[in-house]
Amino acid sequence: MPSCDAIVIGGGTNGLACAFRLQKSGRRVIVIESHSEVGGAATARSGKISLPLAHLVNKLDQRVEAKMNLSVHGLRWLNANMPTTVLSHTGNHLTLSGAAGSALSGDVSADEQAAWNELRGRLMRFASLLAPFKEMPPPRLAKNGNNNWLKLAQTGLKLRMMGRREMREFMRLLLINVYDVLEDELTHPLLKGVLAFDATLGSWLGPRSPNSLILLLDRLAGQVSGQQGTLALPAGGMTSVASAMAASARAAGVEIRTDASVSHVLVENDKAIGVTLAGGEEIRAPIIASAISPKTTFLSLVGHEFLDTGFTNRIRHQKSRGAAAKLHLRLKAEPNFKGADLKSRLVIAPSSEAVELAYNPVKYGEVPETPVMEMLIPSAFEDGEQTLSAIVQYAPYDPVIGKDKARKAMLANTLAQLERHAPGIGKLITGAELLMPYDIEDRYGLVGGNWHHGELSVEQMLFLRPVPGFARYATPIQNLWLASAGCHPGGGISGAAGWNAAEAIMGANP
Amino acid sequence: MNIALTHFEKPLQTTHFHARTSALCKTHRWGPWAGYATVLSFEDTAMEYTAIRNQASLYDLCPMVKYSIKGKDVSRYLNHLTVRNAAKLAVGSVHYTVWCDDDGKLIDDGTLFRLSENEYRLCCQERHLPWLLDSALGFDVTVEDVTEKIAALSLQGPTSAAVLAKAGFDVSSLKPFRMTPFPFRKGKLLITRTGFTGDLGYELWIAPELALPLWDHLFAAGELHGLRAVGSEALNMARLEAGFIITNLDFTPSQQAVREDRVRSPIEMGLDWLIDWDKGHFNGRRALLAERDGQTSKWAFIGLEIEGNVEAPGAIVYFDKKHEAGVITGSCWSPTLKKSIGLAQVARKHREGYNLWTEIYALRELHYVKLMVPVRAAERPFFNPARRRATPPGRF
Repeated sequence: MPSCDAIVIGGGTNGLACAFRLQKSGRRVIVIESHSEVGGAATARSGKISLPLAHLVNKLDQRVEAKMNLSVHGLRWLNANMPTTVLSHTGNHLTLSGAAGSALSGDVSADEQAAWNELRGRLMRFASLLAPFKEMPPPRLAKNGNNNWLKLAQTGLKLRMMGRREMREFMRLLLINVYDVLEDELTHPLLKGVLAFDATLGSWLGPRSPNSLILLLDRLAGQVSGQQGTLALPAGGMTSVASAMAASARAAGVEIRTDASVSHVLVENDKAIGVTLAGGEEIRAPIIASAISPKTTFLSLVGHEFLDTGFTNRIRHQKSRGAAAKLHLRLKAEPNFKGADLKSRLVIAPSSEAVELAYNPVKYGEVPETPVMEMLIPSAFEDGEQTLSAIVQYAPYDPVIGKDKARKAMLANTLAQLERHAPGIGKLITGAELLMPYDIEDRYGLVGGNWHHGELSVEQMLFLRPVPGFARYATPIQNLWLASAGCHPGGGISGAAGWNAAEAIMGANP
Repeated sequence: MNIALTHFEKPLQTTHFHARTSALCKTHRWGPWAGYATVLSFEDTAMEYTAIRNQASLYDLCPMVKYSIKGKDVSRYLNHLTVRNAAKLAVGSVHYTVWCDDDGKLIDDGTLFRLSENEYRLCCQERHLPWLLDSALGFDVTVEDVTEKIAALSLQGPTSAAVLAKAGFDVSSLKPFRMTPFPFRKGKLLITRTGFTGDLGYELWIAPELALPLWDHLFAAGELHGLRAVGSEALNMARLEAGFIITNLDFTPSQQAVREDRVRSPIEMGLDWLIDWDKGHFNGRRALLAERDGQTSKWAFIGLEIEGNVEAPGAIVYFDKKHEAGVITGSCWSPTLKKSIGLAQVARKHREGYNLWTEIYALRELHYVKLMVPVRAAERPFFNPARRRATPPGRF
């Protein structure tokens, strides 16, 4: 007798979304989480300063937010439309407010404002064309692709309705690099800097890398509470997203087992029949959904013995390089970024070239002299400890000088960059911690330190995600499913991949 | 010196027997095989064929790709790699096997030798080191290409056992697909009762430094038994009579096929008898299971007897003279059977051979003579003498 109807491995946002959806379909679901708290990247797992890996929401899946009733379970937005301040070391900051920076303030000419309005409008339109893809399984190019033709036709029609000129622009821009577009359309270095930064955040691409614009479109396609292209900060910080999702899943009846790690997936007669926990306990179920990295799932939990060599090769070769470091600072007092409004996302990306120059060293396993970063000062929004949370790019995963030296160098260069923009901040620091990609891998199980359980890049998107031939959540092993960000549509605090996976599972097991 | 910078200077290597084969090759008819220059015909193909069927023949087997696979998990590894059950292969035995990609399409076929509990040798036509290494993930095995490290000869023909006996190697009790070692000079000679002729025959495996002494020793012993060096053309006739297939001639290996419909499964090549469905997972199993259960095979591989005396390599096979049904992948006039024979890939619905024809373009003094001749499906092997299996082998 199976001990439950479905097992979800990993209690990150995708695992919780998947578990909730399956539970609601009338199944008894157990989530197995190796840490003491569920929520994955939305939880704090650093040692000295308690801040989560993710610090903002920009693409919370609308089905997850609504169906899981997250507002009822304690999710409240402190600011659902946070402005961005692009810092200048001269104090001549640029502020983007409204969704995706609908309004600019700072030293911006009328021409530049008009150029930005046009570019922003176009990017938002194109992004909205891509948005529906997130909420369905990736289309298949094969015969008998079993596609959602109605939804695809609607997207095609919307594309056609834009007119010939815009359609041509869409095709031109879809696979272009963000740097060229910014050169073509804009002049303000800070505006170009922040857009180059946003396009490449969490990726292994520089602004000049081919296909980097599509990541900006992907970012702008994200929604929070129905608002496209926004940035949102939950009350109580990101951990409250995790706790709201966990509360909702529990309320639906999902059993969540924490501090329990799966050591392998049981395979019998070519079917997954359950899991074995680290302690030796076996749990059986007719459905196993793995909401952890596809690499870890197949290479560690299943094992090559049960897989074909070509498939194992594809999983091994799935690119999963992370280049984002996470900085946590504890401060004595509020820092002063030359008068910048701290109630915003603060970005240091002086120009698109600066972003590219920060990317170059990481290709060779080196630490950049002048990293680029986005910062959040949680205490500016609500009472609490005075801290600073920053995502700093680019940090090498496999540094030539060794991990400890690289972490030290990266921290020093980051603090120097902060000091240039907030003179005196160094004296306010009472605690500092930098998580390099390898630290993130250790603490969050993100292979390579990549946020998406596999790079989100054109060659690993849609029907190519996580690997060609297995993009629809099913795996070569019957009854074993993938439900993590490694699948379409990728990561972020979203739950979309987990929700899509649950729908695929339900479709196959009515 | 980096070989990548100089390999073009010598596009074909020579084998360990080159000093002897080049001296005997009166026609200078050489052909490339796996990067080596090999003899197509030493003197007269018909006479060489006759040696295979009526005397004894020696064929230089060095270019055959050889892998040494060892380790604690070697049986499990080979069971995952190949379709047949390698764990059931007894130490000292050999079996024929094939291996597939994820889609259940053939990568290559070969012979697997179990040298000891934890060591096998895999011999095949094409090179596969990356695939073999990739497949080794999670298995405690080492895979090494030992093609260069082993000199190999194929001694085939009705008098081959007698030649070996005369040479001091008593193989009278050696059964087909078994192996036995003999001391030779200061080394070890491994003799296996295997071959590619469908006749009584042996394959001889030895260290390269003893290659030429072995060759000379065999020729001295074989003088009165009609031992003759043979080239690939004669061997090809013998293997067609035996119904054996060659990778890249009778099917296109999946890792080389450019066109996606050119690949073939073991079921389509008539090799499903090799598959052990119950041994656990192996590469391509899920796809092959779906093909078997869904009966989705598109092709069949059959033996053909072709009317008349014209051979038909590469000829198109037609159903009812009109509808294209397949292609003849190998064909020859069989001197032993006195028939024109062929191997063919045909659309699966034609595998019984009903109303099949082949169109032969025979070039006769610069004019094509177009023939449309009937063919009929024939059992393979076409030629299957009792001496092939007789133990002890008949005396000469």
